[in-house]
Amino acid sequence: MSETTSQSPHDDVADGVEATPLVRLEGAGKRYGNIIALRDVTMDVHAGQVTCVLGDNGAGKSTLIKIIAGLHQHTDGVMRINGEETVFDSPRDALEVGIATVYQDLAVVPLMPVWRNFFLGSELTVGWGPLKRLDVPAMKRIAKEELFEMGIDLRDVDQPIGTLSGGERQCVAIARAVYFGAKVLILDEPTAALGVKQSGVVLRYIMQAKNRGLGVVFITHNPHHAFPVGDRFMVLKRGRSIGYHVKDEISIDDLTAQMAGGAELQELSHELAQLGGHTAELKQVEADLEQTLGGRPAQ
Amino acid sequence: MTTTSTAPAGAAPAAPDDGADERVSKRSLIGTLMARPEVGAAVGAMVVFIFFAVVAPPFTTPGGISTVLYGASTIGIMVVGVSLLMIGGEFDLSTGVAVISSALMASLFSWYFATNIWVGVALALVVSLAIGAINGLIFIKTKLPSFIVTLAMFLMLTGLNLALTRLIGGSVSSPPISTMDGFASAQAIFASSVTIFGVNFRITIFYWILLVAVASFILLRTRIGNWIFAVGGDQNAARAVGVPVTATKIGLFMGVGFCAWVLGMHQLFAFSTVQSGEGIGNEFLYIIGAVIGGCLLTGGYGSAIGGALGALIFGMASRGIIYAEWNPDWFRFFLGVMLLLATIVNLMVRRRVEKK
Repeated sequence: MSETTSQSPHDDVADGVEATPLVRLEGAGKRYGNIIALRDVTMDVHAGQVTCVLGDNGAGKSTLIKIIAGLHQHTDGVMRINGEETVFDSPRDALEVGIATVYQDLAVVPLMPVWRNFFLGSELTVGWGPLKRLDVPAMKRIAKEELFEMGIDLRDVDQPIGTLSGGERQCVAIARAVYFGAKVLILDEPTAALGVKQSGVVLRYIMQAKNRGLGVVFITHNPHHAFPVGDRFMVLKRGRSIGYHVKDEISIDDLTAQMAGGAELQELSHELAQLGGHTAELKQVEADLEQTLGGRPAQ
Repeated sequence: MTTTSTAPAGAAPAAPDDGADERVSKRSLIGTLMARPEVGAAVGAMVVFIFFAVVAPPFTTPGGISTVLYGASTIGIMVVGVSLLMIGGEFDLSTGVAVISSALMASLFSWYFATNIWVGVALALVVSLAIGAINGLIFIKTKLPSFIVTLAMFLMLTGLNLALTRLIGGSVSSPPISTMDGFASAQAIFASSVTIFGVNFRITIFYWILLVAVASFILLRTRIGNWIFAVGGDQNAARAVGVPVTATKIGLFMGVGFCAWVLGMHQLFAFSTVQSGEGIGNEFLYIIGAVIGGCLLTGGYGSAIGGALGALIFGMASRGIIYAEWNPDWFRFFLGVMLLLATIVNLMVRRRVEKK
């Protein structure tokens, strides 16, 4: 579905002529004392494109986000923002150049209305001095419009954000980041806690953000979520990049196998067999594993 | 009148009235009202009012109402600060004795170290705000629950009130200051009465209403109000989007301190002397007022109006029992029942609304 190119002004980045990436890491790495959390990562994020970072738990995904979001500083390699070598001192630095991060816990307050959440920390006001007050009508209108732009048609922006579904809440967080001038959006496992349908909703909003010309970094451990929306894929494993591909070069099966580590799955299936895999349940697990491998021979 | 209530042909196309989303109208007026935090307290206040109006006729006379409002205001002034603090997610158990500390400070300092009572009044304000700030700072720095920090402050202030009053004045009560310079003007400001249509209203009633109005404005219509809800609802989320969590919380504790000063000054100038052992246990009345008014114990939800209604219920119950000529011993029992009922009503209302 992503192949159907719209007349959006943002997909002018043809395959051959690469514009300057918004964010580029060159051989970046991070050491905490003698522990190497991340090493030799090279990736880039372009306007109007989605760069997916895949990896299992502990693969170094969080470290990678924290470097781009300014929470941690890389210790090796180079990070370029709009082509310029940069080291962020704090998340505020990253925000200033338009890098916004939507964390898993979303940073929304469940009991507060949607519009209050949308503007929390950056409220619009009218008047001055002791009469400086919230511009409630404008905030409600803007929140409604911005969410509508992202494809969420809310009945009432006055409802507590806790009454929205997980996917919708994620989208409010994304819409908020977009409205407050994000050029690069980092999404930390936005689909991890969601059901199938809700995940679909979030993926749609990722496409929306992409079509509005944002560069998106999409962190996930689910290749089935990453593949349909991604333009570039980086697979992390034990702190290393084990593959960096543009979409044309790789199929979803390759991606899945690379991420899961084909050999390891094979091993796991053997282990299960040795444990006396006679029960129906274990057989099913085995069959699933075989299927995930897609009939590819182990390396 | 015309029984053609089911006339979709006329209603349907005209649904999007004045450009609003036509689906909004599906939420009924009652539904909107039920979603307000103070609805339980409003219903409770009405029930209590009708009850005492029936069993105690003097209750509804102008004089009776003035007395009830005065009783409500002496609790309500503190409930304003405590409500905001609870919406911000924190407790303050030192409020009852902090009122007395403020009054003692004004009285003792003026008596022994100054000639004009206003010097003591100003110093008491500084001290009250400082007590709030210290509560807040210890809470922020140690990350201990505010329950513990303010419980410690409660004990320390209780001890200081008694010990310092004895040390400085050699007595358990503050010296009578009614002959000092500035007493008359201070009494006019903090403890006078206003006569409206032949009925005497104590001035604290107006301070109470003013504080509730200011607090409501802050809560609902200013950035600070937005931050108060946010720090109470989810502190980490608030910090992540740039809300100054530390400043907001310390500010809330100082707001409680300010309310304690107002009430402390009233008590001092109404009676011209203060007992150093008073105030213990009142902190619970303030918290009860806020809870009856719909503030969630966990923070992030509530209103200043609700707290005012909670204080009003308290005022009606405490005076109503006397007007009904019952033994006032029953008052605490009654308060306990009220608290339980109010919290259950709040809980039911909220569950009902959330289900919709």
